[in-house]
Amino acid sequence: MHADTRHFRQAAGKALIDGQLQKALGNVKRGFIAKRAKARDALPEFDRLRDEARDIKIHTLAHLDLYLSRFEDKVKAAGGQVHWAETEAEAREAVLEICRAAGAKTVTKGKSMITEEIGLNAFLEQSELKVVETDLGEYLVQIRGETPSHIIAPAVHLNKEQIEHDFRERHKDLPPERQLSDPVQLVAEARQVLRQAFISADVGITGANFLIAETGQTVIVTNEGNGDLTQTLPKVHIVMASIEKAVPTLEDASTLIRVLARSATGQEISTYTTFSAGPRREGDPDGPQEFHVVLLDNGRSSVLGGPFQDMLRCIRCGACLNHCPIYQHVGGHAYGSVYPGPMGSVLTPLLQGVQEAAHLPYACTLCGRCEAVCPERIALPDMLRRWRARDFAAKPPLAGAKPALKLWAALAACPRAYQLVTGAAIRLLALLGGRKGRIGRLPLMGAWTKHRDLPAPQGQSFLAQWKAGRRK
Amino acid sequence: MSGRENILARIRAHAAAGEDEPARAARVEAHLGAHARGTVPARGQQDKAGRIALLRQILEGQSASVRELDALGAVPAEIADYLRRHNLAPRLGMGDDAALAGLDWGGANLELRHGRANAELESACSMAFAAVAESGTLVLTSGPDNPTSLNFMPDNHIIVLRADQVMGSYEDGWDALRAAFADGPPRTVNYVSGPSRTGDIEQTILLGAHGPRRLHVIIVK
Repeated sequence: MHADTRHFRQAAGKALIDGQLQKALGNVKRGFIAKRAKARDALPEFDRLRDEARDIKIHTLAHLDLYLSRFEDKVKAAGGQVHWAETEAEAREAVLEICRAAGAKTVTKGKSMITEEIGLNAFLEQSELKVVETDLGEYLVQIRGETPSHIIAPAVHLNKEQIEHDFRERHKDLPPERQLSDPVQLVAEARQVLRQAFISADVGITGANFLIAETGQTVIVTNEGNGDLTQTLPKVHIVMASIEKAVPTLEDASTLIRVLARSATGQEISTYTTFSAGPRREGDPDGPQEFHVVLLDNGRSSVLGGPFQDMLRCIRCGACLNHCPIYQHVGGHAYGSVYPGPMGSVLTPLLQGVQEAAHLPYACTLCGRCEAVCPERIALPDMLRRWRARDFAAKPPLAGAKPALKLWAALAACPRAYQLVTGAAIRLLALLGGRKGRIGRLPLMGAWTKHRDLPAPQGQSFLAQWKAGRRK
Repeated sequence: MSGRENILARIRAHAAAGEDEPARAARVEAHLGAHARGTVPARGQQDKAGRIALLRQILEGQSASVRELDALGAVPAEIADYLRRHNLAPRLGMGDDAALAGLDWGGANLELRHGRANAELESACSMAFAAVAESGTLVLTSGPDNPTSLNFMPDNHIIVLRADQVMGSYEDGWDALRAAFADGPPRTVNYVSGPSRTGDIEQTILLGAHGPRRLHVIIVK
């Protein structure tokens, strides 16, 4: 990973006053959230399926070594090859070696967050390979020299005017009189350009949503069909997948497929779901002649058995991004990490180290919406809180924080003193609030009151009201 | 140790520390062999008429067109008519599927092109292995009978299936596949649930991103 997560505060500030970005982000609320809610309401079994999806992943992670071994055996039996990569660098080298052995000059790619994680495109380009992203959103961010701002909708930060501008700049043979103001025309233009790339590519690289141990199949889901053209036309197909993508059986995959698209885009299922086992067989008129799976660990095996293990259940649907009030306001790039939003703020410190990603767990109000919509029921807010606690413990203590917390602890342990002090504080704050009932500035809390007023307490504390018999 | 051994050893050490290895292996074998189903949605457990109606309803909701015919013999005329309606040339790509090969294409004035798709192919026809009603999904299998490239290269894709191939759920589809392919699944199994689409420009759904702009499904009774 190469993105910089240390400047979240500044980047978020910029994002909030970026009119183009704010306009584009408005689509997230209108689109993804309403569509997911509709899909959930249309399937009475949805919440039960979420429980089962969680249990499948828990079971698989507990026996991940055995399921990966079985997956490997089955891929080999189907004529494919499996490459194990402990680190980003090993994964990049494995891909490059396959490309070199095939004498490849051009590579097409289906959408894959793992290849973003390992910085594959830049690496292959340094090695004189031409790399073309074929998912429309990925293609857009590639020609702009950007990174995806969303794990399933890479170009969600762009408006159609920006895309028209980029196409006119980049597609040199486009006649100036050609109309490109309508998204339909933009899609047609991209289709034409990328069709050429599909046909001339030597190697196709895709990710994988699932690896099925029972059969050795790799699974991708797309709506465009770009992943299928990527893997069907070139002579070599490389699947990049991280180890936690394994699932035991096709029945288990079916349960996960039922929750994946509904959580992601609100579809019953993505338009195309493709199960691939090995290279072209005897008599096949099409399909790749070589089939490779590169399995990436990159720290994941060490996350197992620890407090962040549940993060490995994530199926990358993006629902937590869509529903996050922070993501909705600042977009994906402000996070500075490959994986943005709640799942990214938990995962990035695991992959990159908490020092590098220390800001991310604070990019959160702990509102809990992400956990409420997660198809795997991952307790994201708990894990974000855990990262904060670690960060706090690792930092030099704030001057005065320790005695203040000690005083608070002593008060909390002595109800009578606690009520006396809080009662006094309530009266003081009410006085400060005056007739408006709001406090505009508070000593020692300038950062907080800079952006909002503190509502002054109204009346007595809960305990005092309880005693007086006004609360039951 | 190799990377493979390191990764597997770390997983064992972290995920399964102190557990009895033979017992774990037995549990995994049992799980792999059982093909236990999770919750299958009620909508995926209907009678034949209900399955066909649901398949049709979802496919049409996804911008595919659906036609029900009484006999396989009527397929060439229906396809010729479909191509005419959309102002398309009467040329059709297809594989070596025996059911399709036995039909009278010449009688419908359709010119056939056999084998994989090329860049010029405008329309193609495939025979589905099955369909899954619960999500409006066609299941296609790779091979010389129905080359995979036909599913993605042409602008217009016509999929033919028999009514008794319409399953309720994904799981019913997998059982049928296991029965038909005893040595393991074919190279590619494609779930197709509508024409190609993208939402990558301002979240507006547009058809024909890379694969077919039109999907026409013919269900034969």
